Amino acid sequence: MTGDWDLAEECAQDAFARALDRWPRDGVPAKPGAWLTTTARNRAMDRLRRARTEAAKLRQLAVTADDGPPGPRDDSGIRDDRLRLIFTCCHPSLPLDARVALTLRTLTGLTTAEIARAFLVGDQAMAKRLVRAKAKIRDARIPYRVPPAPLLPERTAGVLAVLYLLFNEGYSATEGTDMIRTGLCAEAIRLARLLVELMPDEPEARGLLALMLLHDARRAGRVNAAGALVPLEEQDRTRWNAATVAEGLAVLGPLRRHGFYRLQAAIAACHAAAPTAADTDWPRIARLYERLLSEAPSPVVELNLAVARAMTEGPAVGLRLIAALESSGALAGYHLLPATRADLLRRLGRDAEAAAAYREALALAASDPERAYLARRLRETGGG
Amino acid sequence: MRYLLMICTDENAIGAIGPEEGAAMLAGYTAFGEEMGRRGVLLGGERLRPTADATTVRVRQDEVLVADGPFAETKEQVGGYYLVDCRDLDEAIEVASRIPGARHGTIEVRPIWER
Repeated sequence: MTGDWDLAEECAQDAFARALDRWPRDGVPAKPGAWLTTTARNRAMDRLRRARTEAAKLRQLAVTADDGPPGPRDDSGIRDDRLRLIFTCCHPSLPLDARVALTLRTLTGLTTAEIARAFLVGDQAMAKRLVRAKAKIRDARIPYRVPPAPLLPERTAGVLAVLYLLFNEGYSATEGTDMIRTGLCAEAIRLARLLVELMPDEPEARGLLALMLLHDARRAGRVNAAGALVPLEEQDRTRWNAATVAEGLAVLGPLRRHGFYRLQAAIAACHAAAPTAADTDWPRIARLYERLLSEAPSPVVELNLAVARAMTEGPAVGLRLIAALESSGALAGYHLLPATRADLLRRLGRDAEAAAAYREALALAASDPERAYLARRLRETGGG
Repeated sequence: MRYLLMICTDENAIGAIGPEEGAAMLAGYTAFGEEMGRRGVLLGGERLRPTADATTVRVRQDEVLVADGPFAETKEQVGGYYLVDCRDLDEAIEVASRIPGARHGTIEVRPIWER
C-alpha cells in the first residue's frame, strides 16, 4: 500500500504556526553554515555565559515586582529567576517576533547575528527588533515576575505558543538547505524541557515537549537524499530516532487531560508508535482530531480530520469533507487543500483529475521539498 | 507609573443603544470609577463628545488649517480616557480590562512619557 495520505498531517505543524503569525522576512537570507553541528555544541559554555549576561541586563530593565503577589514555586531562587525571564520575554504586549528573539537571546545565549540568520533577517533588523523590545520592557514597565494565579493560565499559553512557533520555524525548514533554521528545533526542545522542569504541574508544557520530541524523532525520514518530502506512509521507520520516540511517549504519559498540545502529541504518538504505516491506528487519530477540533476549531484541523476519516472510512468520505471545506473558502490558497484532494483522487484511480489537482497544489506550494514531492506525484498520475 | 487608557469604541453603535442599555453602561462606568478611586489608581478620566463634534487643527507654513471631524476615519474612535497610576504594565492591563468599554471596544494602554 503506497500513498501520501499523511501529507496534510505531516505539514499541519507548519500550518498551525502560520495561523499564529507570519514572520516578517525583511532581511536577506544568509548563507547556511556548519553552525549547527559543531559550533553550537562546542560553544555551549560560551552561550550559557552570554545568556546569563543578557538575562542580567533584562532583569535590570524590567520591573522587579517585589511588592506584588508571590508567584508559584518561589522556593528556588535560580529556578524562579529563569521562569521570570521566560514570562518577561514572552509578555503579550511585545510583538510576537520580538518575544521569540528575546527568548532565544536571554535563555539560550545565541548571538544576535545567529538569531538573525536563523530567522532569515538581516543582523541590523534583528538588533533593532531586540533593542525595541528591551526599550518597551523598560518604558512600559513590563514586570519581571511569574504572573499571579489569575493571569497564569493565559500567560503560560503565551509562553507555550512562543516555543511552539520556534519549533515550527525549525521544523518547516529542511535538512541541508537550511541547517541554521533546523537548529531552532533543538533550542525549542531545550526550552520546552526547561519549562517542564520549572512548571512540572503544567500538563500542556509536557504535551508540547512530547509533541516536539515525537516530531523531531522523525526528522531523518522526512526528506530523501534528493531533497523531496517523503510522506509519512513511505518513510523508512528505522531512520526514526527510537530513543527520542520513547522519550516523547514517556513525557506525554496517558492522555487523561486534553489540551491543544497534548492532543497533537497524542496524534504524533499514534504515528510514532506504529511499527509500520499499515499499523497506524487511524480511527483513534480521527477521534483525536475531532477532540482537537472542539478544543481549537480551525480549518487546518478539519483538513487533517478529513485525511484521518478517509483513511478509516474510504477516500469518498474524505473527498466529501474536502469539498465542504473548499466551498467554505477558509483555506483558499493553501496548497495542502488541493494536494490532499489530489491524493484522494489518485487513490480512487481518477488520475486525470488527480493530476489537475497536483498541478493546482504545485502552483501554491512554497517549500522545495514539498514541490519536489508534488512534482513526483504529478508525473505518476501522467500529468507531468 | 502613569498610563493613559484610551477607550476606543464604535460611537455609532453606542449612539444607537436604547435608554435602558445606556443607563446600564453609565452604571458600569460609575462602578468602575468608584472602585478604582478606592484603590487609588485613578488620576483622572473623562468621556468625550462624539467625533462629529471634533475639530482638527494643523499649522502649515504658518497658516492655521482648521477642518471638521476626526483626523482619520477609523472603525473605532476614542470615546473617553482614564489616567491611572499603576505599579507596572500588568496592573494597567488589569485595570483596562475592567473598563466596561473593553467588552465591545478596545482599550489602548499608553505609558506616559516620564522624565
